[in-house]
Amino acid sequence: MYCWHFTEMPYPNLPDLDTVTSVRVNLPNKHFDPKLGADLYNRYLDEHLIADDLGLNIMLNEHHQTATCIDVAAPLSAAILARQTRNARICILGNPMANRDDPIRVAEEMAMIDVISRGRLDCGFVRGVPYEIFAANTNPTQTLERLWEGIDMCVKAWTTHDAPFNFEGKFWHKRQINIWPRPWQQPHPPVWITGSSDKENIREVARRGFTFAMFLQPHEKVKEMFDAYRESTIYDDPEEVRRHIAYMPLVATADTEEEAEALAKKLSWYLHAKTEPQFRNPPGYVPVSFNVQALKGAYSGRTDAVRQGGFEYLKEQGVMIYGTPDQVFAQIQRFYDRVGGFGQLLMMQQAGWLSHEETVKSMTLFAKEVYPRIREEYAFKPSRAGAAAE
Amino acid sequence: MAQGRREILNLAQGQDVIDIEITRHGKGDPLILLYDEEARVLETSLVDHLAARHEVIVLSPPGFGQSDRPSWIETPDDLSYIMLDTLEALNIGPAPLLGFSLGGWLAAEMASKTCAPFSQVILVDPYGIKPGGPLDRDIADIWFLPEARIKALKYADPAHGEIDYTAFSDEVLTVIARNRESFARFCWNPYLHNPKLQKRLHRITVPTLVLWGEKDGIVTTEYGKAFAAAIPGARFETIADAGHYPHIDQPRALAEAIEGFIGENLATA
Repeated sequence: MYCWHFTEMPYPNLPDLDTVTSVRVNLPNKHFDPKLGADLYNRYLDEHLIADDLGLNIMLNEHHQTATCIDVAAPLSAAILARQTRNARICILGNPMANRDDPIRVAEEMAMIDVISRGRLDCGFVRGVPYEIFAANTNPTQTLERLWEGIDMCVKAWTTHDAPFNFEGKFWHKRQINIWPRPWQQPHPPVWITGSSDKENIREVARRGFTFAMFLQPHEKVKEMFDAYRESTIYDDPEEVRRHIAYMPLVATADTEEEAEALAKKLSWYLHAKTEPQFRNPPGYVPVSFNVQALKGAYSGRTDAVRQGGFEYLKEQGVMIYGTPDQVFAQIQRFYDRVGGFGQLLMMQQAGWLSHEETVKSMTLFAKEVYPRIREEYAFKPSRAGAAAE
Repeated sequence: MAQGRREILNLAQGQDVIDIEITRHGKGDPLILLYDEEARVLETSLVDHLAARHEVIVLSPPGFGQSDRPSWIETPDDLSYIMLDTLEALNIGPAPLLGFSLGGWLAAEMASKTCAPFSQVILVDPYGIKPGGPLDRDIADIWFLPEARIKALKYADPAHGEIDYTAFSDEVLTVIARNRESFARFCWNPYLHNPKLQKRLHRITVPTLVLWGEKDGIVTTEYGKAFAAAIPGARFETIADAGHYPHIDQPRALAEAIEGFIGENLATA
């Protein structure tokens, strides 16, 4: 199993949260201080450099118009880290393809990062969470169609080396596609896709041999979705199947249980970031059947149960993993067994007010005390197909 | 409102067939009705009132009610061709064309393509144009604002927006949820307008009445005046104490204005 350090690069220095209706979409940017922003960007990038030194891989994402994530262009962060890190794989999870204006521009950016890093890029694509709809003004009923058409276009651009080709789809038209550079990794960087409830979409991810990732969901739900992936996988070797399944919890490792709980409380800032209800469920983002439940008051967004859960619930469910190194390892083992195994542990080890010192201490303790045991317990057997991930 | 007589038209579109829901109320000269995006006009006494003198023919556009929604249909412009084909298949017209809100926009799209099936056009608080510049919010952002704010903008009496959805069957809720989805699918971007429509409205050559709730906070009376001004000879009238859905706030006053206009034009015809 491989472990990845992740932070959304939050900007937690906000006015009293009782005085604002949302930290996403419509919070005026007069509350963003560029000087403080500069400190935060450089601090978060430093933490990724430390992750590289500690032998962890690096995950990046992007969001827009939100204080929860000021990494608004993951390719920019990835480009910096491609140059400044030496060993870590860099996973963008992901490029919000449905909300990008030009998939070929994405293909070029990814190819360039892959070449600069000499083949250390893992390239994720995401549909985008509901509140992203408002920043991008993407039709919420078409995000899945746009995601897949964009991926088709991008993969075709990465893998065509002989001559310009033509792509005239539903959303994008280009007639002379011929990207320079082409990617370092052949046939193309590993592709990752996230999902949370749409099984048909997960099966499509599996059929294409892409890595499937889930974030911050209760273990029963995770198992259900991982099972859907496993049922449709193209890989015969169970090791290869496992290698293509990823999960993200919030993770805090400390010397004592009390200290870990204090860190977990700070991390939970992320789960409780305030958002106005209409931003969480734009029409057509979820199927009609979900919205029938919403009209009855029985559904108010995909992540409500998780957001309302207490610490014990979150720990029990595997949404948060925190404790001493022994406890963290035991919680990962338990989660692994409950969901039928996975190969990539994406760790949100920084969120909200968790300071640089606290973050580095937690990451270091994990890398030195927990990661060696994980690599031993869940080691991948050598495999040609997975060589890129080594 | 009385139950209408419902039928499904298997509308041929080349090799494809699209099922279109049609509901008829009352007897008499036909009147074509395109409902608002929430189909709320069908809850009101307005339909009964009109059905006392007309055969009111309610068309559910693709994606609304029980009508199909093929994936290639993406805009009100697309919808308007299907609605025109529906009228041709049913051999209806010339008849008055009456549309509310999104239905008003569709009516304007249809009549700007051909007025052959129409004797008059009556538009009630339609969307569809953008008279202002890039920085103007010509149409309040109904998918962005909080629900309470939307009710205050939409209704002269915000209590008219209070609906107890728990009282409905899953079948009814499915139609409501699908209507909302279709509305977003067709109208998200460009937001609630067709950039070409304003330049096509001059093609509407039959007598036209543009009715507007004077307290409409979604699209104001200024917007309504700009809409009417683009249609040659169109008359613009407001309904007092009514918002974006005058059929909910003032069904009787609205019915009288509609009947008055239809009768007046019959008298001079």
